Amino acid sequence: MSSKVLASKTMASKTLPSRTLPGEALRNIVPPIVLALVLILCWQGLHLATASGAISSPAATLARLVVLMGSGRFWLDVAETGTAFAWALVLSIVLGIGLGVALALLRPVGEVMEPILVTFYSLPKVTLYPLVLLIFGLGMPAKIAFGIMHGLVPITLLTRNAITQLKPVYLRTAKVMRLSAFEAVRSVVLPAIIPELVAGIRIGFSLSLLGVLIGEMFASKRGLGFTAVNAMGLGDLDTIMAIGVFLALFAVLANGGLLSLERAIRHRSAGR
Amino acid sequence: MRYRALVTLAVVLACVLALELACALGWVARTVIIPPSEMVGSLRDILWSGEFNRAIALTLTNVMISVVISISAGFVLGVAIHASDFLRRAVEPYLASYYAVPTFIFYPVFIVLFGVNSAAIIAIAVLLSIVAMITATMNGLDRIPTVLLRTARIMRLSPVKTALLIQLPAAAPYFFTGARLSVAYSFIGVIASEFILSGDGLGYAIAYAYNNFENRQMYGLMLLIVIAVTLVNMTLDRLDRRLQSRLRR
Repeated sequence: MSSKVLASKTMASKTLPSRTLPGEALRNIVPPIVLALVLILCWQGLHLATASGAISSPAATLARLVVLMGSGRFWLDVAETGTAFAWALVLSIVLGIGLGVALALLRPVGEVMEPILVTFYSLPKVTLYPLVLLIFGLGMPAKIAFGIMHGLVPITLLTRNAITQLKPVYLRTAKVMRLSAFEAVRSVVLPAIIPELVAGIRIGFSLSLLGVLIGEMFASKRGLGFTAVNAMGLGDLDTIMAIGVFLALFAVLANGGLLSLERAIRHRSAGR
Repeated sequence: MRYRALVTLAVVLACVLALELACALGWVARTVIIPPSEMVGSLRDILWSGEFNRAIALTLTNVMISVVISISAGFVLGVAIHASDFLRRAVEPYLASYYAVPTFIFYPVFIVLFGVNSAAIIAIAVLLSIVAMITATMNGLDRIPTVLLRTARIMRLSPVKTALLIQLPAAAPYFFTGARLSVAYSFIGVIASEFILSGDGLGYAIAYAYNNFENRQMYGLMLLIVIAVTLVNMTLDRLDRRLQSRLRR
């Protein structure tokens, strides 16, 4: 009940029961592909419907993306955004899991802090971005900090939640075996909550990417977010769509990968 | 429960006091953070002078429109997707990855579609919040106990009556969770769009104050948003918990 704010995001990770029959697999693969084709047709329809094709067609976007990916400037932006994102993600994961474990083991502290974290999670954090900029100055550290502001809290909440809902027998066993707190966390608690950790990392991944991009869209001179905002100023819709599609593909693929990892782990631990 | 809430409040107050002290002792530069007491003073000036009333009204209107659209459309879509096996199989993989896509990038597309006005901002906010409602609706319908539906069949209720008397009450707490998330995401969507992309509303007012080094005004506005959003979220959260505890009975 505690991190219900996140519920809608984790909820989606449940799917219909699927068997490994070929017909069944086909029934799971065909509908999403049909939907993707329908969406692309709608996109093309929008392109034709708007005056003089103000919205770039799928083909034009793809062409622009190919041109972009051939240019050195684009990969400099990707490297800039990627570096900030990688730092934000790694720090969010490490700090988030650490904080989540601490808040779960120190139960009273966790119960006091939880409402504060939940409130912070549903705040429009953009409003606090100027504060981040004033503390860190313009540049990479501010972007990383802003990415962490988005990614840290969900990972913390999900980790804490997973541990508090752990069967008491795990912790009791650790106690019986006289494990130190550190050993108990390393060899009992963390292995027991690996599926939830992957779920938390998946959500932290999306949110810290969002945070870094928003950071770049405001007061930045480099990165994909900046290039997109710059293209908005120039009315260069082709570039915006190309960057949008590139980011969407990256995010969806990474998310899908983490999702199937999560399912594989859940499946394996359920089989034991 | 009550006691715990008081401790939480005390922790928040202690943090505010610590910040006030750090500012008074000069540990934090005034150019970075102003003391909380001055933020409150600035907030009072903002509300008294009425200087930002138009921006506040605009932002609140946009949030409300976005909430109404995403809750009603999200509910209808959720019911439709839940009803069709094909649609569900088609949509579910995308729903799971939906929040990974940075929606803000597509703002210019909405400018082309709707023109430079609030509609583009509302569209972004709806995109952000509608999926929470769709997922919650589907989840709620999934969780209706089969025995309730069987009872409806035994009592020979018409589909409409089943929907109104059985399904709606049984799934209502889940729908409410979706509605609550839609409100939170609508605030985020509207204020973030105003901040980065538009020239109006509260989000823009903060960005403008930042760009002009108007720290006092900026922190007053920040405080306004933080307090307003926190109050709204806390009220809805409390209602939500009450509904959820009814489920467990």
